[in-house]
Amino acid sequence: MTELPRLSHLQAAGLDALAPLPPDDFYKAAAGRLKAGGRAVSYFGFPEEGRSAPLENGSAGTRLVMILAFDAERRLEVLSMSAGDSFRALTPDFPQLHLFEREIAEQTGLRCDGHPWLKPVRYPLKAGSPIPPGTADFFRVHGAEVHEVAVGPVHAGVIEPGHFRFQCHGEQVFHLEIALGYQHRGIERRLIGGPGQLTSHYLETLAGDTTIGHASAYCRAVESLSGTPVPARGEFLRALMLELERLANHTGDLGALAGDVAYLPTASFCGRLRGDFLNMSALICGNRFGRGMIIPGGTAFDLDHALIKELRLRLDAAFGDVENAADLLWGSSSVMERFEGTGIVSRETALALGLTGPAARASGVRRDVRRDFPAGAYLNLKAPLPEDAPESGDVRARAYTRWLEIKHSYELINGLLDSLPSGPVFAEPGAMKPESFTVSLEEGWRGEICHTAITDKAGKFRSYKIKDPSFNNWQGLAMALRGAQISDFPLCNKSFNLSYCGHDL
Amino acid sequence: MTKPLIQYFLALLLAPLLPGIINRVKAFFGGRRGVPLFQLYFDLYKLARKVPVYSRTTTWLFRFGPVAGLAAMLCALMIVPFGGRPSFLSFEGDLILLVYLLGLARFTTVLAALDTGSGFEGMGASREAQFAVFAEPAFFLALAALARGGGGLSLSGIFSNLTPAAWLTASPILTLVTASLFIVFLAENSRVPVDDPNTHLELTMIHEVMVLDHSGPDLAFIFYGAALKLWTLGALIACVILPRHSGSWLVDSGAFVLAMFALAAAVGVVESVMGRLRLLKVPHLLMTALTFSILALIFQAGR
Repeated sequence: MTELPRLSHLQAAGLDALAPLPPDDFYKAAAGRLKAGGRAVSYFGFPEEGRSAPLENGSAGTRLVMILAFDAERRLEVLSMSAGDSFRALTPDFPQLHLFEREIAEQTGLRCDGHPWLKPVRYPLKAGSPIPPGTADFFRVHGAEVHEVAVGPVHAGVIEPGHFRFQCHGEQVFHLEIALGYQHRGIERRLIGGPGQLTSHYLETLAGDTTIGHASAYCRAVESLSGTPVPARGEFLRALMLELERLANHTGDLGALAGDVAYLPTASFCGRLRGDFLNMSALICGNRFGRGMIIPGGTAFDLDHALIKELRLRLDAAFGDVENAADLLWGSSSVMERFEGTGIVSRETALALGLTGPAARASGVRRDVRRDFPAGAYLNLKAPLPEDAPESGDVRARAYTRWLEIKHSYELINGLLDSLPSGPVFAEPGAMKPESFTVSLEEGWRGEICHTAITDKAGKFRSYKIKDPSFNNWQGLAMALRGAQISDFPLCNKSFNLSYCGHDL
Repeated sequence: MTKPLIQYFLALLLAPLLPGIINRVKAFFGGRRGVPLFQLYFDLYKLARKVPVYSRTTTWLFRFGPVAGLAAMLCALMIVPFGGRPSFLSFEGDLILLVYLLGLARFTTVLAALDTGSGFEGMGASREAQFAVFAEPAFFLALAALARGGGGLSLSGIFSNLTPAAWLTASPILTLVTASLFIVFLAENSRVPVDDPNTHLELTMIHEVMVLDHSGPDLAFIFYGAALKLWTLGALIACVILPRHSGSWLVDSGAFVLAMFALAAAVGVVESVMGRLRLLKVPHLLMTALTFSILALIFQAGR
């Protein structure tokens, strides 16, 4: 077999790295690499040169790009092929490609041969798409005693829209199918031809609670394409913001989990503490979600001594309170009884589906972009999770993993503040190289964020592919519900806490 | 005759205060200020002035449910003694009527829920009916254990007979009965650890999910009926814990009302310090209550 092009994280490569393989070689190589332990970080298609829009007849076809990661070896690989009007589904052998292949069929209009469950991911582009719009067939279990429960897309709480279809026998769930796409805004298409004035805004609001994660991934992509070195202080501040975002969301999640089992104290405390962490972000950049902080070339704001002192003070106070709230939670037998053994995702399932983030780590799959593909201030990161972190894959493991990550983030922020280098926080980025591409990975609080940018002859975005961790993990939630009680669904859902808008783009 | 009437109207008036107390205690534990103590009164007033909305798929059963439920609770309240003092409706065997009135309220609520045809309400109705299978015998046998102690099959008779001295001679029995009644009290009133009255998650609810489609005065009837149920079942516990002790009606009644408030506060504390049970484990809890009742009855029979 030919040697696959190696790819370095955050290193712009010429388009020759995407030279297409003959289709059969591509499928063979992809299957071989996936079997060898590779993980599809991203798999997408973009129109070949000379083709202006997808689904245009008589055009030159579509280039498919699969980016594979070997986490343990810290290696990225890229595979590419040119498809005329169809491609072969690898999903039957590799379930982790399931949603990627559906997405390709939907976005490019290619026919996907052999895909077992070809349904819209979001909303098909236009007429002529191989997937008719509004396909709403759900997997059904037949039988006199089986009943179907439909939840959403309009929910009782103030949450995002999504449809959940349960096949139940009494209280037991046989199967859950999740239909999303209600929040589709067409962000990826808007980014083509960028970066423009709105690009940062689109990426910061792509998934509101992951503002820093997506903004960082975007900025790194631009920096690597333009060869801009970010000043060390800027890198430290970015890491600081990313960890603050993690602290805020993980704390909020612990509270929400407690709230779902009606455990009042932790629910109330964590609700307030999440706000405290958000306010720390606001202290630094004026926005609770950190909007406007991360810009290509560094950060928009710097910290002075007074601000660092204030930040430390607030951080210590908030962390102490989170510690108390978490101790209450772990010490309450009624809560632990509820968490343990609920919504189990086995290690095998997590690997097969390519789960990422805390959800994967709680199932014993210890992948973490901060350690596997480090960049900036994370280059010398020590193991984020201790050796004896839970790996049972149940709600308790997912909750406890969050708590361990809260502790780690707190230490990390203290370390960052202790060793904050001096100097500028921003370097003016130059123009992006034409006809290049780059892969930018970032460990957001939900898991791995992947942005893949490809530039055209003018150095503008020819294609910009975004993968939010929710894209991988929604299927994990569906699997967690197999054989579980339907009354446990809200709890399982909170333990994943996935993004609808991040998935829907 | 005036005193039992005053007692009855006092109960009607004070019942909506109990959920308010529970909420304030929970708010205290959560470090919040909480909703006003009289929130339920405001809510009832607000709902009573609204025009109800009915789905076209529902029938008269849907409208009948809340009315019948409230009527059953109003009747049940007449039977329940107030501070150990006789109520104005008492006859031999009235405790059986009480059990059946509670059953009737449940039955009509379940029918109204099924009538909507909603998947959620059907699920709630199924859970309500399933848990009642365990809660009702526990409740009935606890009353039987009390009746066996003397006073016949009338609640007024039982509690006139019950004096503080009974706690000296039969404390194990009374403790078991109290524990059993308290578990039934939490379960029947859909409180933590059986149900979560505050959740918005339809898939986990039991009682709340059955009343999702009701609105306006119907919903007010349901809320008020729930408050009366809280009072009715709570009154039995308060009467067991605090038997009639002085000769004065005022002192007894005052002590009883305070005991009811303390009971509400206890519910608030329970809800603040523990999480909800897994739905599968709820029958285990109710079986515990049933076991307590049976033990109390055995001890009572052997006395």
